[in-house]
Amino acid sequence: MIVETSGLRKVYGSTAVLDGIDLAVREGEVVALLGPNGAGKTTTIRVLSTLTRPDGGSARVAGHDVVREADEVRAAISLTGQYSAVDAEQTGRENLVMAGRLMHLGRRGAVRRADELLERFDLVDAGPRRVRTYSGGMRRRLDLAMSLVAAPRVIFLDEPTTGLDPTSRTTMWDAITELVRGGTTILLTTQYLEEADRLADRIVLIDRGKVAAAGTADALKAQVGGERVVLRFPDAHALSRATGLIGGDGAVAAPERLELGVASDGTAEHLHRLLDQLRAAAVPVARVSSHRPTLDDVFIALTAHPADAPVPA
Amino acid sequence: MTTTASTPTTVPPLRPASVRHGGVTNAISDAMTLIGRSIRLTRRNADTMVMSVVLPLLMMAMFVFVFGGAISTGTEYINYVVPGIIILCTGYGASSTAMSVADDMTSGMIDRLRSLPIRSSAVLVGHVTASVARNAVATAIVVLAAVGMGFRPNATFGEWLLFGGLVLLYVLGLTWLAAAFGAVSKSVESAGLFGFVMLFVPYLSSAFVPTDTMPAFLRPLSEHQPITPVIETVRGLLTGTPIDRGGAALAWTVGVLVVAFVVAVRLYRSRTSR
Repeated sequence: MIVETSGLRKVYGSTAVLDGIDLAVREGEVVALLGPNGAGKTTTIRVLSTLTRPDGGSARVAGHDVVREADEVRAAISLTGQYSAVDAEQTGRENLVMAGRLMHLGRRGAVRRADELLERFDLVDAGPRRVRTYSGGMRRRLDLAMSLVAAPRVIFLDEPTTGLDPTSRTTMWDAITELVRGGTTILLTTQYLEEADRLADRIVLIDRGKVAAAGTADALKAQVGGERVVLRFPDAHALSRATGLIGGDGAVAAPERLELGVASDGTAEHLHRLLDQLRAAAVPVARVSSHRPTLDDVFIALTAHPADAPVPA
Repeated sequence: MTTTASTPTTVPPLRPASVRHGGVTNAISDAMTLIGRSIRLTRRNADTMVMSVVLPLLMMAMFVFVFGGAISTGTEYINYVVPGIIILCTGYGASSTAMSVADDMTSGMIDRLRSLPIRSSAVLVGHVTASVARNAVATAIVVLAAVGMGFRPNATFGEWLLFGGLVLLYVLGLTWLAAAFGAVSKSVESAGLFGFVMLFVPYLSSAFVPTDTMPAFLRPLSEHQPITPVIETVRGLLTGTPIDRGGAALAWTVGVLVVAFVVAVRLYRSRTSR
């Protein structure tokens, strides 16, 4: 395990921001920490990148303890935080060379590395310009490039695409996907389910400082139920007849929408059977749609608190 | 914008194992890198540069040509006031370090720097050194401009050296103080308050008028505040007035330097390791 935490705790005042987080990330894996604002995602990343001292539990990154062997951890990781961490009054190239020098690549090594990264992140033309003149997407790409100066074994990305327009977000995703192909271990936080779904091998849902659920996107979706076929009828009479015919186990009728939801295995065969049964009984059907649970469903089901909002069925 | 996606180049491997961190050589190279950074940032921050040179020049011109005629100090007023202007100029110049440090602390930069395998004080060393370099340039400009306005120092070479040394200690001390202030400031704007303090405090000293012309309740404060012995020593070194409080000047500057250094590094560490 390249990242391993056990019972990680962090308390601010009387609030336990981290209340016993257990994580295990294998080398080469991409894991997304997903959760609402204030769930403890950023604090987890800050502890793992040696910026915040935990109050309890332990955390090891690349085989080193984040508290006792902070320097060894720092040599193996890189962090791209939520806020842009580049100097606006330096050029992109100067920022990268500086980062290389501070990672002890030597003057020549730092310059060479800076030029490679500018090319790699499509910033060659912008390289000699001050960062102040960059767009948000360019700044974020430079930020990521800064993190890659020393070929880190683990990269921490704290909300890498927050505040980016859709085009820049896609570009950023492509850049991250490519890193993954190179075998880098990535631990990222996000509030966007789509982002977790697209980038991560495994998702860890964090809520109120605890791990609420963990697994692949598919496994999490399966947790809130499988696929459903939703049939809509022209009138209440048709709905009630259909409910009598096919409304067995797991079917849910929604009379106000004239809809009937039926559990399905997602095959065409099952759909055929349903429609054949209804046609044989001359029950008219207005529309058919199929519904796969999204991460949104998972997110809402697992993180909504009785006090805040009712858990949807 | 999609080049990144279409170029199949992966990041060229660079074995982290081949890089060594820690050690004195790296510490020196880190400090040099961050000094270079701070100097570049300062040079490009036109406001700071202009303010730290133009403001003292304007104040000097105002005191010499506007108020000077009405102030009686027993000597040519310009010879009296220039040492005060130099101290005001360097104090104010040093204060911008509070803003540079606060800028790092309140942006994401500090997290980036803190997650690197470098000494945490290297960042402050960078800011402080840049401030000293900037103030050396500003002081030289102010002294030259003063000579142009009629300032006639009679210092020997040795006295110039002592002057340089004392001003250097003073700037270093105030810069570390500014760094400490910047390290605890919630925003760059509030860090800017330090500049106001440094702009105002010299008025309650012997910088512009002899302290014995002040009302009795102010006199103890203005005579014993740290800036007064420093100004009087500078005045003595440059224009030959008696130096009776050179020891106090030295004690104050060294004292402020040591205390401010320790406090700044402590505050910086505790602020960044929550």
